[in-house]
Amino acid sequence: MRSIIGLLTKVKNRSTITELLYSLTAIVIALIIGAILIYFSGHDVWKAYYNLFYGAFGNSYNLAQTLLKTTPLIFTGLAVAIGFQSGLFNIGGEGQLYWGAFATAVVAITFSHLPGLILILLSLLAGAVAGGIWGSIPGYLKARTGAHEVITTIMLNYIGILATTFLLKNYFKEAGPVDQTRMIPESARMSELIPYTRLTWAIFLAVTVIIIIDYLFKNTSLGYDIQAVGKNRDAAEYAGIRADGIIILTMALSGAVAGLTGSTIVLGVLHRFITNFSPGYGFTGIAVAVLGRNKPWGVLLAALLFGALEAGGMSMQLFAKIPSDLMTIVQGLVILFVAAPAFIQLLSKSLRGADQSE
Amino acid sequence: MNAVELKDISKAFGGILANDGIDLTVKEGEIHCILGENGAGKTTLMKILFGLYSKDSGRILIKGQEVEIKEPRQAINLGIGMIHQHFMLVNRLTVAENIIAGDEPLKGIFIDQERANSEVEKLSQRYNLKVNPAARIENISVGEQQRVEILKALYRNAEILILDEPTAVLTPQETEELFQVMRKLKRNGKTIIFITHKLKETMTISDRVTILRDGRKVGTVTTSETSPEELARMMVGREVVLRVDKKARKLDRPIFEVRGLSLHNKKSNLYLKDISFTIEKGEILGVAGVEGNGQLELEEALTALRKIEQGQIILKGRDITGLRTRERRDFGLAHIPSDRLKRGLIEEFNLERNLILGSEWQEPFARRGFLVKRAIQAYAKRIIKEFDIRTSGSQAKAADLSGGNQQKVILGRELMRDPDLIIASQPTRGVDVGAIEYIHNLLLEMRDRGKGILLISAELDELRSLSDRIMVIYEGTIVAEGKTEDFTEEELGLLMAGQGLEGVG
Repeated sequence: MRSIIGLLTKVKNRSTITELLYSLTAIVIALIIGAILIYFSGHDVWKAYYNLFYGAFGNSYNLAQTLLKTTPLIFTGLAVAIGFQSGLFNIGGEGQLYWGAFATAVVAITFSHLPGLILILLSLLAGAVAGGIWGSIPGYLKARTGAHEVITTIMLNYIGILATTFLLKNYFKEAGPVDQTRMIPESARMSELIPYTRLTWAIFLAVTVIIIIDYLFKNTSLGYDIQAVGKNRDAAEYAGIRADGIIILTMALSGAVAGLTGSTIVLGVLHRFITNFSPGYGFTGIAVAVLGRNKPWGVLLAALLFGALEAGGMSMQLFAKIPSDLMTIVQGLVILFVAAPAFIQLLSKSLRGADQSE
Repeated sequence: MNAVELKDISKAFGGILANDGIDLTVKEGEIHCILGENGAGKTTLMKILFGLYSKDSGRILIKGQEVEIKEPRQAINLGIGMIHQHFMLVNRLTVAENIIAGDEPLKGIFIDQERANSEVEKLSQRYNLKVNPAARIENISVGEQQRVEILKALYRNAEILILDEPTAVLTPQETEELFQVMRKLKRNGKTIIFITHKLKETMTISDRVTILRDGRKVGTVTTSETSPEELARMMVGREVVLRVDKKARKLDRPIFEVRGLSLHNKKSNLYLKDISFTIEKGEILGVAGVEGNGQLELEEALTALRKIEQGQIILKGRDITGLRTRERRDFGLAHIPSDRLKRGLIEEFNLERNLILGSEWQEPFARRGFLVKRAIQAYAKRIIKEFDIRTSGSQAKAADLSGGNQQKVILGRELMRDPDLIIASQPTRGVDVGAIEYIHNLLLEMRDRGKGILLISAELDELRSLSDRIMVIYEGTIVAEGKTEDFTEEELGLLMAGQGLEGVG
């Protein structure tokens, strides 16, 4: 018993560097298991992983594809991490990013006469506001009625996705068989960093948002209040922090960041709003946040890993003829191994609870 | 004959030695106190004896026979019974059902209710442990629940009874009743091990005392040959002044006034009814009462953590009834909450962050919403030094501090703001003797500096030695109020139990 608790304490008290090492180990183990699966499905492991790595980082085009896939995951992962800081589990990223995308597209089309940069900023702002409003609804419900945000955000995903589709079909649909808006004007499109890669400066925007959020939590009074409510709501209220307001605000902030996911996809990649455009970025964001341990910079690294697995997985499928589903399995395994310490923490907590010396 | 012999018992939790080579000899038929501060290892040692923890090393002898106790059932079979700090009773079941649970008299496949009741009745009369066998646990008092726990052990033929801090939840009268029961049990040949950190009780009830400190045994002494001072010294490891010096005070002007405060706590169905009192500058007003009689509601109402239905709260001549928690704090109200971990601290925050809790938007800790790290750190270091907080540094997490030091963090944070009124609720709960002394002196110092203090406490000794005046709260009503010297301990006890007095108040 003693040795178990000792071990658990060690796992629990990891510093950032050992935490990083731990995550790396998890990734390696996941890749090894992936290798075993590839081997037993009758493929060449070496060829598979060569193509995976080359597909992700091999040349500037491939690297760009990795970063392209990383960008939305930074936003959605960060959105989940922000919620976690005040103890909220925002599963509503999907609905929020649809509103963000929709609002951005509508604003970009409506105000097409405005000069480029202003139009882009305004469109981004519209996306953030729309996502923020959608995020603040479960925040409000939680603060005022106690309705659990896990339930309400899941519900609001459906409402958000379907409501934007409804508005699109009835008011903004371009004539034709596809449910999509008109193209946004050239001036509103984010410029590509490398031609034909669709990678735009949205990636820099994502990193900037990471920096801002990290600074918010480490160096501002508001960030302090958000964390205080998240870690101990009773103590926060004792100190006169208005927890209800903080919860609504945090959800709005989380929703705004999720909304930017949709905005940057519309402005940088699709150049219009299309129904069902997201392959579940909002949900993958949860995995990214878990892997990144809900820390802004952790989210960046985790999103990068997921982006690389996705981009590399596609090249693996193309050149080594191995289904990219395998990379989804590897992603799942990484999460499993990284989430395991969270499970270990829980276990150690309950063990320590039962074992209190006095 | 020795009922229990523990030899060289050691037990570690995650690298920390909770018990370090402890020897203990308990004679048959004696009341033996295990005395020590919180975290000294008393409960750990007894849980090892009762089979709840496995020991890392050492030997256990019961009546001279070496035994291995791996689980409570074995301990029970050896005639050991343990009454825990937190009762282990099923609320929905009756007293009799709880007592017989696990060892039921049967009639066919059904429980023989009549025999159960009559056996419980018999036991209860024999040891003068008054209970109503047919009452449900949820409907009986804490004192009675404790008697049920004792009966439960006796029903299983316990010869050796371990009582873990049994008086913590009792009124003085109930404590006295418990002591009488213990003496009766002793006359019947039972051996009693009594875990406590209270010197007075140790002196009153025990035959011998074993003192533990930091997981080690300091010594065993015969009660009649020792003194509270010696016990305190052994417990803390240095001289402790047990009495506080309270200077006389003159009448001063009122600084805090509560008029007709009423509210209803729907959860516990408790009504605070028409609470009125005044506190002067430099005065400590004590609130005595058994826990759960409205103290928490009062504390929360005064700090705007709970809505009130009627009444007025006036601080420094200004009506603050309509102010929020933060505004009241900023206006000079300090609050030492009764539940330190629930309300007073954010355990995962480091000390720097905990020490500015409530001031995180204010200069010099923040400027326009941006935290000024250097100012916060300097401030934290100052408080740590001034309040003698034992810690590895200002970056240490609050969770890593001992109870006494956590309390000092709260005191430091609240008192450094130079408040005018301090609401101190259970300020020494779960705090070791050395820190209690410090906290008492600190509160008196604040009093002498002209602060008003509302002291809510379950410790009568604390109330009596610190308060200038005392009011007694019972079921949400102030049932008596007067100068401290107007009440004897017995009178306070009776008032707390809801028995009114003539001519006091």
